[in-house]
Amino acid sequence: MELIVSLAIGILAGSGIWLLLRPRTFQVIIGLSLLSYAVNLFIFGMGRLRVGAPPVLDPAAGGDISRYADPLPQALVLTAIVISFAMTALFLVVLLASRGLTRSDHVDGREGGS
Amino acid sequence: MSWQDHLVIAPIILPLIAGATMLLFDGRSRTVAAVLNLVSTFALLAIAISLVTTSGGPDPAAAVRVYRLGDWPAQFGIVLVADRLSSMMLLLTAILACAALIFSLARWHRSGSYFHPLFQFLLMGLNGAFLTGDLFNLFVFFEVLLAASYGLALHGSGHARVRAGLHYIAVNLVAALVFLVGVSMVYGAAGTLNMADLAARIGSLPARERALLETGTSILGVAFLVKAAAWPLGFWLPGTYAAASAPVAALFSVMTKVGIYAILRMGFLLAGPEAAAGSSQFGDVWLLAAGAATILFAMVGMLASQDLAKLASFSVVVSSGTMLAVLGTNDVSIIGPALYYLVSSTLAIGAFFLLIELIERGRAPTDDILAVTLEAYGIEDEEEPGEDGDAGVAVPAILAVLGAAFIVSALLLSGLPPLSGFVAKFAILAGALGGSDPATATGIAPAAWALLVLLLLSGFATLIAMVRAGIRSFWAVIEREVPHVRVIEVAPVVALLLLCLTLTLQAGPAMRFMQATAMGLHGSEAYIHGVLTPTAMPAGGQP
Repeated sequence: MELIVSLAIGILAGSGIWLLLRPRTFQVIIGLSLLSYAVNLFIFGMGRLRVGAPPVLDPAAGGDISRYADPLPQALVLTAIVISFAMTALFLVVLLASRGLTRSDHVDGREGGS
Repeated sequence: MSWQDHLVIAPIILPLIAGATMLLFDGRSRTVAAVLNLVSTFALLAIAISLVTTSGGPDPAAAVRVYRLGDWPAQFGIVLVADRLSSMMLLLTAILACAALIFSLARWHRSGSYFHPLFQFLLMGLNGAFLTGDLFNLFVFFEVLLAASYGLALHGSGHARVRAGLHYIAVNLVAALVFLVGVSMVYGAAGTLNMADLAARIGSLPARERALLETGTSILGVAFLVKAAAWPLGFWLPGTYAAASAPVAALFSVMTKVGIYAILRMGFLLAGPEAAAGSSQFGDVWLLAAGAATILFAMVGMLASQDLAKLASFSVVVSSGTMLAVLGTNDVSIIGPALYYLVSSTLAIGAFFLLIELIERGRAPTDDILAVTLEAYGIEDEEEPGEDGDAGVAVPAILAVLGAAFIVSALLLSGLPPLSGFVAKFAILAGALGGSDPATATGIAPAAWALLVLLLLSGFATLIAMVRAGIRSFWAVIEREVPHVRVIEVAPVVALLLLCLTLTLQAGPAMRFMQATAMGLHGSEAYIHGVLTPTAMPAGGQP
């Protein structure tokens, strides 16, 4: 499981960074989204990967904390998702404004040499 | 708890409420929003002054005021901490905000919608970042201030702003992701995100976790350096700041200091003497190198910049590069003077950003476009025609005021005597070279020499660039239109510069406060103790 999760994070981050370095604004925003998925998974992984361990205390199961998953990274992921979602929306607006003002979807607002 | 204890959270709550209330009004009445903004910003100034005066006392334990939200103990709940450094940064922010706001009321606040709410949300983010005692909340407040700053950077719209804003947003979104990676690694290693708790635990961590923690903090450091616009990470800054409207740019000049503040805070808590055993001095060489590269980059940029806004933006970079280099020398005795430098340079840059808008106003509107073209193609500016040799031109009063303000800010930024820029640089260098005592000055560290050369060189480059810009905008042009300037536009500039003057005259008390701040940072046990000690609850008391 660790291998799969780390591979998933690696692939998401790798493709995100590649897209981020591309000259088109749409590629940049997709790259940012992929990168934020990778980071969210990474935060989740930092709470240690556990299977079948609930993050919320169960009165029937008792108070032995070794049976529970760490709830804090999950809460952090939630916040991170909300913030990156809002930022992506904001970036989209700026992207559209830039497209309208410059009539180009290049990140510099004009076509480069390539 | 008395009402004074709640003062610590007021700098966050007040702008939040004010901003949210304005959203209800802004579409219909800009006057209401402006009045609300004025009231809230000046109330923030009063709160910041009160926090600084209460934290300025001699007792180190009383200087740290902890506010626990919901009265949870620090490891579980969220804490806000107002110590000397936080209060000082709050005051600096509030002063700049008042100046920028008054300036904007003359005309800038009309050039786009939602100026006032965004202004308040930016203040909320800044204040929150300075007050929080928790790494994840630092991230959240960074995002709040960045989200507001994205809106403000685009305020007034236009091609250049949107293009610069696009780069700014992309870079800072990536920096936010880097921040998150760092935060989660710190949590994975130490199991806490509370800064004081982290500092208390770092000493007892096993070596494996320690390595992970140091990696995490280094990644966090990269995110902070992006905010502080250190050399390879700061290319977004000059374009964005130069394109932003004047009051916004003035307020932004405190935004790079958030990165510096975070580095200061984290650096002293995690690598301070309490956390010794291996982690101290970690990353200092990198900070010094980054600071040096930043100063060199900004020097070249200053000398190359053809319009005043670019010049001002590069002086922001010089200021944060100087701070980084000073932090990198790892010499506690010069942290106090460095804080003095931070305050003085931030005020001066804020005033300069406001000033240049007034100066540029006298020029033809096409000049800006011309300047951009000149820069893009590297063409030398042609001399303006019309010097017919008629001697004795009457200098209009407003031009004289602007010129005097320009000279004062040039002196402040380049660090020439007699103003506070000089006092700051002199104190830094005197501290770095081991004071005036020749007996201790024998073994001067290479880092101190590097700092000496860098500070003097950057001052020299600033001077050249400022003098050249001054000649071009005041001296060489005879037939220039006198800018139409209102009193409420000149007043903030003059007030900020007068404040720098006061800082010069009162250099003794100010420097003592800064030294006490530096000592409070260095001996961080008061901070850690203050945060981690649970409050004495009344017996059987309801929280």
